[in-house]
Amino acid sequence: MSLIRGRRILAGAMTLVAAAALAACGSKTTDTDTAAGVSADVSGDTVKVGLLNSLSGTMAISEVTVRDAILLAVEEINAAGGVLGKKIEPVGEDGASDWPTFAEKAEKLISQDRVAAVFGCWTSASRKAVKPVFEKNKALLFYPVQYEGLEQSPYIFYTGATTNQQIVPGLDYLKAQGVKSVYLVGSDYVFPRTANKIIKAYAEANGMTVSGEDYAPLGSTEFGTIVNKVKSSGANAVFNTLNGDSNVAFFKEYTSAGLTAASLPVVSVSIAEEEVKGIGTQYLKDQLTAWNYYQTTPGAANEKFVAAYKKKYGADKPTSDPMEAAYVSVHLWKAMVEKAGSFDVEKVRAAADGITFEAPEGLVTVDGTTQHIAKTARIGKIGADGLITEVWNSGQPIEPDPYLKSYPWASGLS
Amino acid sequence: MTVLFGQLFTGISIGAVLLLIALGLALTFGQMNVINMAHGEFIMAGAYTTYVLQQIITGAGWSLLVALPVAFVVAGAMGVLLEALLIRRLYARPLDTLLVTWGVSLILQQLARDVFGSPNVQTRAPEPLTGNVALPGGVTVANNRVFILVLALAAVAALTLALRLTPLGRRIRAVVQNRDLAAVSGIPTARVDRITFFVGSGLAGVAGVALTLLGPIGPTMGTNLIIDAFLVVVVGGIGQLKGSVIVAFALGVLQATGEYLTTLSVAKVMVFIAIVAFLQWRPQGLFTLRTRSLA
Repeated sequence: MSLIRGRRILAGAMTLVAAAALAACGSKTTDTDTAAGVSADVSGDTVKVGLLNSLSGTMAISEVTVRDAILLAVEEINAAGGVLGKKIEPVGEDGASDWPTFAEKAEKLISQDRVAAVFGCWTSASRKAVKPVFEKNKALLFYPVQYEGLEQSPYIFYTGATTNQQIVPGLDYLKAQGVKSVYLVGSDYVFPRTANKIIKAYAEANGMTVSGEDYAPLGSTEFGTIVNKVKSSGANAVFNTLNGDSNVAFFKEYTSAGLTAASLPVVSVSIAEEEVKGIGTQYLKDQLTAWNYYQTTPGAANEKFVAAYKKKYGADKPTSDPMEAAYVSVHLWKAMVEKAGSFDVEKVRAAADGITFEAPEGLVTVDGTTQHIAKTARIGKIGADGLITEVWNSGQPIEPDPYLKSYPWASGLS
Repeated sequence: MTVLFGQLFTGISIGAVLLLIALGLALTFGQMNVINMAHGEFIMAGAYTTYVLQQIITGAGWSLLVALPVAFVVAGAMGVLLEALLIRRLYARPLDTLLVTWGVSLILQQLARDVFGSPNVQTRAPEPLTGNVALPGGVTVANNRVFILVLALAAVAALTLALRLTPLGRRIRAVVQNRDLAAVSGIPTARVDRITFFVGSGLAGVAGVALTLLGPIGPTMGTNLIIDAFLVVVVGGIGQLKGSVIVAFALGVLQATGEYLTTLSVAKVMVFIAIVAFLQWRPQGLFTLRTRSLA
């Protein structure tokens, strides 16, 4: 609406060319003006950052908590004086679990709100949808969720795990437990399909078999057939890459069919504490997860994080891996900006390599080449109280290897 | 063999869900020719009713049983309200009901978002419905699925008996077959319409309660179901309850077979292709009955 009105005024004035009209509309909310293109607006006492999460739709179960964690980090940083002397002003947008909406809102945050960085996205489909928008505008996205790897964008910092920090350790754990055959269940989109390609290559190189592979559309609630297939497949374990609240329907069906963690364990890579609460612990007891962080992870930094989160959002709100990664993202961005001495995207990127942060999950280090971070892998078991306790960890942070270059079996994948 | 029976049961249970969501529509669309796009939101209302009752009544078992009649009345009342405020004015223009009720469905979704929040919510299933029954031969059937099947069949039986045996049922059928003649015979057609709408919408509420046993409850859950519900009624033959019953189970078994042989997404496509092919062959649906025409 305001865009239309803005254009009409400009057309009436007949003084500016059409290209300038867009910039003028964008700057209406700010006090400056004419800076070309879409560089961040840092002229005032504040610096805007974008929050791009699904607050509605099938992914909201997960993404709302990520937004909450970002806001917590913003609040902490502001309380400590802000970034380069400026308070952070968060601008939130709802991606609505819909990939074109994500791209549209990303464009809006960058060119209209002129934010210095955007934090958010969850599904790989949403990330793939916004990637060209960030690359075209040379703007920064901090992506906080584990994903399928095989990607590297100069304008995205990946603060969740890549496959060698989550899926590969998860498979190593299953192998060590004597699992010979796995069944793959996932949502029908880019992350599960790519992850499963990697799992199949791993299985082949490690003497495991994949006894079946099935995908359900995102948001699907009919899992009768998949559970039947899993049950009769003879698999020793299920590797679950379902996303969003399809997990609710899947685990209800799984439990109804009489399958349990003892009879046929499921390793999930997209269910964290928040989702456990939503699905119901009675369906998930003793099932396994692979992540880098749990609410129960020991350490002073985590105690502080958990306490601050519960104070802000309520004692019954758990913290989870993607939330932690999102929280860490904001602090890493602050450290990068301060090292660069500027909000300029190219300078921030140049300053990124080697930045460290004492995160709730332990020390994390930014790798400037891949723009991923080194993280510790942790396998956890879901308890009756809804919390996940660690049953294994990698001992030290694992260097990110998004293209799995250090694994000979993965040579055909990228 | 185990797999075969397991899949057959899966197909039947998909069919039972389809039947339950389509049953109310078989009455309002099938019998009355009102294209009610908000039917899915009545299902959602039933699901949220279950959620609310579970917050109030702590025992999951009791709250589900209480939810069945309450959801019937809640969704039924919403249906009557919709009928009285909007649809009544549009009986002469059936296609307009599509647009109007679609608008209503969007409003109801937003209302649900405002009241319950955008993230989907879940309910706990009552203890007896979480397990399964092991049949001889290694087949297991999930209790919640059996419950839904029984509920769907009970609803069909109740509706059939009501339409055939009660004076109200006779009036409904009379109005459906010839409204003018029914009116001059002294049947209060407006009241009959309202009651038909109450029952049809109420059945959507009951379907909503059943769906909480299977998956999450969210503002948009209705939109995912409404297409399937319409397909069942159209393919079954408008105005024909038995058509809806047969088609619901046939589509369920077809879907389950397709899922087993291919993937969930491909199975969905297969079902759509089958429906299109079937409607080419029999545009009027499986069974036909002369009703007030759509055209």
